[in-house]
Amino acid sequence: MDAGEALLLLLLIPGAAMLLTIFVPSRHANVVRWIALIATTATLIDSIWIFAVYDFSEGGYQFDLQYPWIENIGFLGENGISLHLAVDGIAAPLVLLNGLVGFAGVLVSWKITHRVKDFFILFMALFTGVYGVYIGQDLFFWFFAYELAVLPMYLLIVVWGSTNKEYGAMKLTMVLVGGSVLIFVGIFAVFAEAGAGTFDMAVLRDIEFDRGFANTFFPFFMIGCGILAGLFPFHTWSPDGHVAAPTAVSMLHAGVLMKLGAFGIIRLGMEILPAGTDFWMPILLVLGGVAAVYGAVSAINQTDLKFVIGYSSVSHMGFVLMGLGTMNNIGVNGAVLQMFSHGVMTALFFAMVGGLYDQAHTRDIRVFGGLVRKMPLFVIFFGIAGLTSLGLPGLSGFVAEFHIFVGTIETFPLFAALGILSAALTAIYVLRLMGRAALGPFNPRWENLKELSRWEIAAAIVLIAPIVAMGVWPDPFIDRIAPSVADLPRVDQIGNLFTLSSLTGR
Amino acid sequence: MDLEYQLIIPEFVMAGLAVVVIAAALVFRQVDQKWFGYATAAALAVIAVVTAVAYWDTNDDFGGVLAVDHFTVLFRVFFLGIAFFTVMAAVQFAGERLKNHAEFYGLIIFATLGMMLLAASRELLTAYLSLELLSFSFYILVGFNKLNPFSNEGSLKYMLLGAFSSALMLYGISLIYGVTGSTTYSAIGPDVVEGTRNIAGQLASFAGGSGGVDPDGARPGLLIGLVLITAGLGFKVSAVPFHQWTPDAYQGAPLPITAFLSAGGKAAAFAFFLRLFSEAFLPAAHEWVWFVGILAAATMIVGNLMALQQTNFKRLMAYSSISQVGYLLVGIVALDAANISQSQDAASALVLHLIGYVTTNIAVFAAIIAFYNRTGRDDIVDLRGLAERQPFLAFSIAAALFSLAGMPLFAGFATKFIIFQAAFNNGFLWLGAIGVTASFVSLYYYLMVIKQMYLYEPEGADRARFHVSRPLAGALVVLVAGVLFIGLYPTPLFDVIHSSTESLFEQAAAISAAAVGG
Repeated sequence: MDAGEALLLLLLIPGAAMLLTIFVPSRHANVVRWIALIATTATLIDSIWIFAVYDFSEGGYQFDLQYPWIENIGFLGENGISLHLAVDGIAAPLVLLNGLVGFAGVLVSWKITHRVKDFFILFMALFTGVYGVYIGQDLFFWFFAYELAVLPMYLLIVVWGSTNKEYGAMKLTMVLVGGSVLIFVGIFAVFAEAGAGTFDMAVLRDIEFDRGFANTFFPFFMIGCGILAGLFPFHTWSPDGHVAAPTAVSMLHAGVLMKLGAFGIIRLGMEILPAGTDFWMPILLVLGGVAAVYGAVSAINQTDLKFVIGYSSVSHMGFVLMGLGTMNNIGVNGAVLQMFSHGVMTALFFAMVGGLYDQAHTRDIRVFGGLVRKMPLFVIFFGIAGLTSLGLPGLSGFVAEFHIFVGTIETFPLFAALGILSAALTAIYVLRLMGRAALGPFNPRWENLKELSRWEIAAAIVLIAPIVAMGVWPDPFIDRIAPSVADLPRVDQIGNLFTLSSLTGR
Repeated sequence: MDLEYQLIIPEFVMAGLAVVVIAAALVFRQVDQKWFGYATAAALAVIAVVTAVAYWDTNDDFGGVLAVDHFTVLFRVFFLGIAFFTVMAAVQFAGERLKNHAEFYGLIIFATLGMMLLAASRELLTAYLSLELLSFSFYILVGFNKLNPFSNEGSLKYMLLGAFSSALMLYGISLIYGVTGSTTYSAIGPDVVEGTRNIAGQLASFAGGSGGVDPDGARPGLLIGLVLITAGLGFKVSAVPFHQWTPDAYQGAPLPITAFLSAGGKAAAFAFFLRLFSEAFLPAAHEWVWFVGILAAATMIVGNLMALQQTNFKRLMAYSSISQVGYLLVGIVALDAANISQSQDAASALVLHLIGYVTTNIAVFAAIIAFYNRTGRDDIVDLRGLAERQPFLAFSIAAALFSLAGMPLFAGFATKFIIFQAAFNNGFLWLGAIGVTASFVSLYYYLMVIKQMYLYEPEGADRARFHVSRPLAGALVVLVAGVLFIGLYPTPLFDVIHSSTESLFEQAAAISAAAVGG
């Protein structure tokens, strides 16, 4: 399967939209919005197409596309730095995720009125960067895209954010760029050690790195990328950043950006330095387990809606890291499923909270009550996100977490118990939230609240569709993810995955 | 000796141009002063284009003292470009805030001439004289705003420390001459090999306990000479601990001169540094690599840490440029006598980073000049709300600062990636790691500036939107486009640079080939 141009389009469309927006006079805010909407619609269609057409019977990397960038100069040999794009079964659902969240993000950003043009330029830069990480196959461009995804966050939060935004933005940027310093050093070391004169991951994957080298540099990738995934104890930037960020940015941030970290651990760590996994992956599993419980406990204590969701993201990303740490096919599959599931779910959460905050100008759980009387749709959507979060069967969270727990039981039963405990804690804070704010006695202060705007309703539907789809019929996702997980070096095959076709025996 | 004067026609033309500009002001007293600026810029552009076209294929030298090879031509064009953009940025500023415009432009041309000669020099005294021509022009230019006490203070400090550093360098040159018996790079190179071999032999004889010093064997003079020359150069490029003059000179100088100093002055000193260390001193690399390495590490660390506390934009840029010097020095450290092709990688990476840095820095200063033309202020807090008042300037400054911090899309990302990669490849993992960490720290203070522009609303009496004069805006657009281009597609530039650094290592390659053969 080639047609790699489809991948190139994922970068070109938002890139072109960004350029085009620069030349639109800033008084035409609607033109800017429509450009963004058209661009994200196009990339969404492209992402769906890539996800659908990815041939899972064949597996491996598909849509391969490679253009030389700099080669055969100095220390760079053949394909020294090239624009190399490809997706495998792990990246394909994440590409789809980014398409969905980006599209929904533009919808909920429709109401932004302050410096609309600048907002969408930065938003598109962020969006392009995230795609670049998922589809990049060259370390130079991978890192380029990684930084590009992190950088606009600062301005997006500082200009359009709320609550303590200067602090949150600076903390987020410095911590994330600090993590990328580690990645940067790791990339250099891998390049120099390989001595192949190329940054092409396809070449580097085939090189057998010495065990001592791998053990030394694996943590550079694990911690460097892990910081972005909310790895305990480097997770504190995440709730602060989420709270400060504007709605759409929180969505992209928790929805796709944190996944870049976990994805980076797979791409750089597990694929390029597999010899380091034996020593480091159990540590990752422990840290993930701690984050899962710690995040859930912290979420229970919060009164600000966004902090609750921020900490719940830390907790759910802890599940992802746990799943990766199991190093068996069920656990790693679960981790990738959870990346997708948590992405759409948390984006839905933030979209809803944003819709409420813009009217109520507060996010304090204690002052809300009986919102269902004024905003029934809001409560329904919020409830779906909450139920996904606590792992209700029939929604995507269940499928993902179930795989993770089964995978963990096989390797570290104790931590599986910890994980299940934190899933139970999730139920506490989600149900408490629903009970107090959505149901409960009506607080007359909110007499004037209106239902969500149609843009927000559209965004919610876009996000709920995949949650339900994956919950009732996970096969399309698992079919794509499983062969690529099986291809990862040193991942044990411990059993079959829980798809409908395997359960019904067909 | 058959001297081929046609090789240095551009330098003659530059000298003539400077005289003509200054003389023209005496004749055409009624002409609007800004035309001198535009005429100078136009002349510089024409010379740059003609030089590039006419000399690119030349590979010759002028009596062993000046080389006209790809490297020289690349730097000639580069310096002319720097001068062009400086003049374009300076015209409005000079018209409103300075007197004696013709002398101002004339001195800029003289300084550029010094830079061009410096990049071409293959002989220590010629290089020294070129460096002095450059420095003297700068001493005057820094103090050009003679009614401003800061300008005077900066100029005085710069001149005193500059004279001191020149003395150090001259002493170093005399020692090198004493040891090797020559001042031309072509003669020093082979002799340095001889010298270092003798030092090794001397150490061996000490270790063997034979005692007694062979007067022809040990040449501590060589090492001392290298240290003194490096220290002198350290002053010129403002490497830590020789950087003290920089913030004062940067703050005191008229803004366009700060730009010129931070771009042209540094670029010229590095051209000299690179040619000297790769042609003459490369065979003795193990003698100097450790102290240049320490210099690089100290410069990166101190420059960035000092920048964190600055409140004045010019001082911030001074410390930021010091830290950039640290990254550039990494390229010098990565030169390795044993591996010529890796050395060339390092040299190319250095020049690439230099060009990226200079383009970015001139862009920052051009934007700040435009801002200063309107407001007359240059503290960081004065930039408050610039994104509301003049979005294009704010965007240019933000883009350039992100580039200096090494963020993607902009030049700094690609060039830093390549220079640190060169260091890693040549075995300087620790230095690269310091560099990456240092540039991470630098992001903080650049973000503080960006925050002022984007986060806050404009303050004070003057909050209106304003326009930037067309020539300045045009120059800024070109510079920002350059920053983006280098960041996104550095390939053609890197190609050109790599072919130009080749000539620097011909001699070292010949020496190592002879060593292998013998």
